[in-house]
Amino acid sequence: MPSLGADMDEGTLLEWLIRPGDAVHRGDIIAVVDTAKSAVEVECFADGVVEALVVDPGQVVPVGAVLARLTESAPSASSAGPTEAASVKATPPRQQSSEPQPPERPSEQLRVPVLPATTPVAPSPLVRRRAHELGIDLTTVRGSGEGGVVTRHDLEDLAHRAVSRPRVSPLARRLAEAAGVDLASVSGTGGGGAIRADDIRRATTTGTPKTAPVDDRVPERHTTPGHAAAERTAAERTTAERAADQRAADMRNSIAALMSQSKREIPHYYLSTTVDLQRISEWMRARNRELPVAERMVPSAALLWATARAAREVPALNGHWIDGEFRPAQDVDLGLILSLRSGGLLAPVLKAADNLDISQVMALMRDLTRRARTGRLRGSELSQPSISVSNLGDQGVESVLGVIYPPQVALVGFGAVTPRPWAVDGLLGIRPLVTVTLAADHRATDAATGARLLKAIDRILQTPEEP
Amino acid sequence: MTPDQARTMLETTLREVVPDADLSTLAPGADLRDTFELDSLDFVELVDRLSTRAGFRIEEDDADGMRSLDAAIDFLVAHTSA
Repeated sequence: MPSLGADMDEGTLLEWLIRPGDAVHRGDIIAVVDTAKSAVEVECFADGVVEALVVDPGQVVPVGAVLARLTESAPSASSAGPTEAASVKATPPRQQSSEPQPPERPSEQLRVPVLPATTPVAPSPLVRRRAHELGIDLTTVRGSGEGGVVTRHDLEDLAHRAVSRPRVSPLARRLAEAAGVDLASVSGTGGGGAIRADDIRRATTTGTPKTAPVDDRVPERHTTPGHAAAERTAAERTTAERAADQRAADMRNSIAALMSQSKREIPHYYLSTTVDLQRISEWMRARNRELPVAERMVPSAALLWATARAAREVPALNGHWIDGEFRPAQDVDLGLILSLRSGGLLAPVLKAADNLDISQVMALMRDLTRRARTGRLRGSELSQPSISVSNLGDQGVESVLGVIYPPQVALVGFGAVTPRPWAVDGLLGIRPLVTVTLAADHRATDAATGARLLKAIDRILQTPEEP
Repeated sequence: MTPDQARTMLETTLREVVPDADLSTLAPGADLRDTFELDSLDFVELVDRLSTRAGFRIEEDDADGMRSLDAAIDFLVAHTSA
């Protein structure tokens, strides 16, 4: 069980995407794990062949526990008995009966992508892997195969028809976050399966089971008579509600613990400066005229890019405070703190961001933001950043004085970019300005060092790279 | 393109990004981004889809001017009748 965040000490294995005998490579997504904050895709850290799956789906295990065993070469002929049992559970045979399994692990009902309740016959591992590659949530796919099983053709068809992410209205997204509803568990009733606010409201309401979208599919999904199915659906919904409440509470608790630790242990100091974004804005506009509209860059990308470059110049702020001493990081792994409007947070990382150009930062930021909100992040994307950025520009506030994520020693904050009066060469002009702040750990650095970081961010933003 | 056609196009496109967007109750000057809670990434997507549907590339300067319903409709009408 990998550590998927500084505050994580255990995780629930949700699903295996491999089975004994499969060849795996470093970086392959092999399992889905539930942490207090979200479901995360776990990548393999080595090449090999799966010998045994040690942990069953639904099991909670501590960080560091063995999840599966790999061999370096061909699979051994003999696998132990209990291991076989585990693998059977993890990947049900394709032609199994469509009889629903008892909801023995109710808390998973919302989150596991492949549920008997939604897909009558489990899709093949190949299909599941392909679905992951394409970023398709199998619970949203209606299968055309025998018994309603999702086939590879369904996936390619769906991918072809376009949607790279489930369409979710911002209002629905906000409601889902507030209620702790996993969007992957909601079937949209809008055009093209888009999730609308009403869908979320239905998903969080116990009553009126007949109008809930999930019920429309009951006759297809279950061989059981309608009455029993309806009862089961009602039970699922209360379970879902409890799971949603639990998820929201877990996230709140984990933020509470981490932030309390930060404020208890870290003597913060704060610095702030105002940066003129006229030049970088003009530069981006020029670039944007040449880019396809969909790849157009937004100011946040430049701010993240400049922060990563600046952190490389001031290594004393890029790293971790561990066991009473500062340990500098090799690269600038930039944490992007995404505020989920309900109050929850996720902080995916842009690895070695100091080596990226603005358009690469833009592409990564777009991808991470979408997946953090609607899909899943991978384990490697939730590893410990070396410095973090809180960008509240879209929330319309002027500045943010952040709380450092331990064991990091610095957090850079950006407010909204707004046109404001600014003195330029002795004249008053209207320029796009942003307030940049730094919260830093006084144990590791003094304000003079922090000032260098803010000055560097300013300077870098005045000298955008040439195309 | 008539103002009605522009309005329909805007609404259709907006619904692809914000499925329950309803323009009928929206004040003409209301800020689209604030009203529908579009962040900067959502807005880029809206403009991209609108460009495709309208059949011409909407430059960033013009997109910035399309903050409100009226402004967006005016822009579409002006650009397609030129």
